[in-house]
Amino acid sequence: MAEATRTSLGVREPEVKDIAPSATLPARRDDDLRPHLPGVEPERQVNDWGRSERVEGLLDRTLVDFFYQYWFRCEIEGIENVPAAGGALLVSNHSGALPPDAPMIGKAIKEEHPHPRPLNITVEHFFKGYPGFSMLIPKIGCVAAHPANVQRLLYDEQQLVLVFPEGRKGTEKVYRDRYRLRRFGRGGFVVAAMRARVPIVPVCVVGAEEAAPIFAHLNFMRRLTGLTYFPITPTFPHFGLLGMLGYLPAKFKIRFLEPFHFESERLDEDKALVQTVAHEVRARIQENVWDMVKSRKSVWFG
Amino acid sequence: MPTRRVLITGLSTYWGGRLAQALEQDERVEAIIGVDNRDPTRELDRTEFVRVGTQHALLRRIVEAAEIDTVVDSRLVVDSVTTSARRAHENNVIGTMNILAASSHSTVRRFVFKSSAHYYGTAQDDPAFFTESMPRPHSPSTPIEKDIVEAEASVRDFAEKNPQVTTTIMRFANVLGPDVRTSHTTLFSLPVVPTILGFDPRYQFVHEDDVVVALAHTVQEGLPGIYNVAADGVLALTEVIDLLGRRWAPLLPPWGTGAAASVLRRLGLRIPPEMLGQLRFGRGLDNRNLKATGFEYRYTTRETVLALAEHLRLHPILRGVREPYRYEREVEDFLRWSPHVSNPAYRSRTGLSPEETVELRRLHESYGERVGAPQAGTALAQAEALARAAGGTETPAPVERYDDLDPEDVVSLLGSLESADLLALRDHERARLRRPRVLAAIDGVLAQREAAPRT
Repeated sequence: MAEATRTSLGVREPEVKDIAPSATLPARRDDDLRPHLPGVEPERQVNDWGRSERVEGLLDRTLVDFFYQYWFRCEIEGIENVPAAGGALLVSNHSGALPPDAPMIGKAIKEEHPHPRPLNITVEHFFKGYPGFSMLIPKIGCVAAHPANVQRLLYDEQQLVLVFPEGRKGTEKVYRDRYRLRRFGRGGFVVAAMRARVPIVPVCVVGAEEAAPIFAHLNFMRRLTGLTYFPITPTFPHFGLLGMLGYLPAKFKIRFLEPFHFESERLDEDKALVQTVAHEVRARIQENVWDMVKSRKSVWFG
Repeated sequence: MPTRRVLITGLSTYWGGRLAQALEQDERVEAIIGVDNRDPTRELDRTEFVRVGTQHALLRRIVEAAEIDTVVDSRLVVDSVTTSARRAHENNVIGTMNILAASSHSTVRRFVFKSSAHYYGTAQDDPAFFTESMPRPHSPSTPIEKDIVEAEASVRDFAEKNPQVTTTIMRFANVLGPDVRTSHTTLFSLPVVPTILGFDPRYQFVHEDDVVVALAHTVQEGLPGIYNVAADGVLALTEVIDLLGRRWAPLLPPWGTGAAASVLRRLGLRIPPEMLGQLRFGRGLDNRNLKATGFEYRYTTRETVLALAEHLRLHPILRGVREPYRYEREVEDFLRWSPHVSNPAYRSRTGLSPEETVELRRLHESYGERVGAPQAGTALAQAEALARAAGGTETPAPVERYDDLDPEDVVSLLGSLESADLLALRDHERARLRRPRVLAAIDGVLAQREAAPRT
């Protein structure tokens, strides 16, 4: 029960979990269970993952649209690298106190792609346990970064999934470490893609670091509020919770890179290969991020 | 091999009764024996009820005597509101061990264990859909969940040690429906449904009829392994409450929920601890494994909720209209065994066709006339008379002559024989002619005697 993980001051820091290849994945089976997936009931308000088209659409038309079009003025490259059908795992660098990169990638696919598709954004389990977030986060298309969830979305439902292998290490890095990618977990995302036999599409985002810079962390406040971290940004905490949305108007550039394909089966059992690919994906993103920063003339105007 | 002789433990629970009713409709099932330490709560036709607890020595004798090939354990308590934690433990853990001990008899080929999705618990880092192969991420903290995990462990142990038995564990999601009463139906009957502030958990239900059909399906198919049983579709709690036409209010605080729940308990609303977990984190199950075996759900989660909604609207009008069923041993015995039951609607209870019953009565009377015994003679007198009629001497019927008798004649004899003789007769019959009607009738008489020991 939840009470067990509680201290007198609030929720104890949850364990950081990357998509770890472990027993939490469904057992490998010979027969295909995909024909037995539940059908779609059009009368439903939310889908089986808790996603609500109404809430998501409302947010998409207002806040996300405003940030995408006018505030960050997103510039997209290589959208054709996102497949029009079938599952694909999008892997991106990650930053910002309340990261603006995820909704912008989702919006980019909706706006620029010839076949707009919904994007499932993986988030930490922490959100499921925090009141308010727990209610909102699934409604806007986020799912917990559980290996079984990723497997079901990619393989069974053939959807697009966005992961940030840096996880919290990426979002909590302070301003002076900007655009230096953290460790890419333990390669769990590669296992997920290999097992589902879907391509990995690396994504580079430039601008998010400047839009929501973190200057320092308040450990004391983190413990008190039970949040995963308690940053000091240009607008938070002195403007309150809404200050989390107080992004600076940096110019966003998003570049989708050539996908990595894994056609053969049981590649994920080769641990060395998994690590090599994880390393390769990270290197590719890092290289491109630096390339994009290098050619950028102004943080604000691109 | 199809299931033919079923033992249902926990016959008097809602599920035991419903399953027995469903199996009665299945002609492939020739004998249904139900045990429980309370009277049955549902009206049953040909199911034999034996009042016995979970003492394994007694159960084993029943299994042995009735040559049970399938045991269905439907006794598990999954709602901690219904009984005290200690009694639930006694029933769930110790009771299961006893039933497993009784089921390791050589005739048993199938064992079906009705478990619950509470096995998985509810936690922050749960997957959105549990598959059967996933272990629960944390050890259980509520008493009911501990019991279920422990009971399942002993069932799995049983399955390993008895590879000849096809063992099935079925994990059911929360059940809803017009008939069944659970903590969730109580909660949803309230005009304002309390939720935890800031949480809108995912909920998956299964319709009560689907539970029964799924159990019957497993009994007939013999599916080894573990199966989740949950309807298609996972709803958000607020969506469920909307469909029910109720309102919801975040009355429970996100911190100190347990304390708030105990305040509600004082006010008369009991929210069990395992349900608090669901109200916070929710739970989803992957139901595709069972579907892959050919099972089809009749209701989706949404339709299940709508079925409850219809019931909730009708309930205030129908309250008290229907008398609850009351079990009366004498009446049930009369209906099952008396030759005077002649109404065709009731005759099927004996397991014989109407013609057979008439014939049985006719033979019974003619034998009485032929040997000059009074028609309503004592059992002993009849036995002697019948023995004379069959054998033509004062000694019991010689085996050669017995084989010449018609099945109807043999059937009419059975009631007057001692149990030991019946067993001997059954062995003989099995070795020689194997007439199914005779064998069924012998078993019927034996089961009746087992159920009502002579006083």
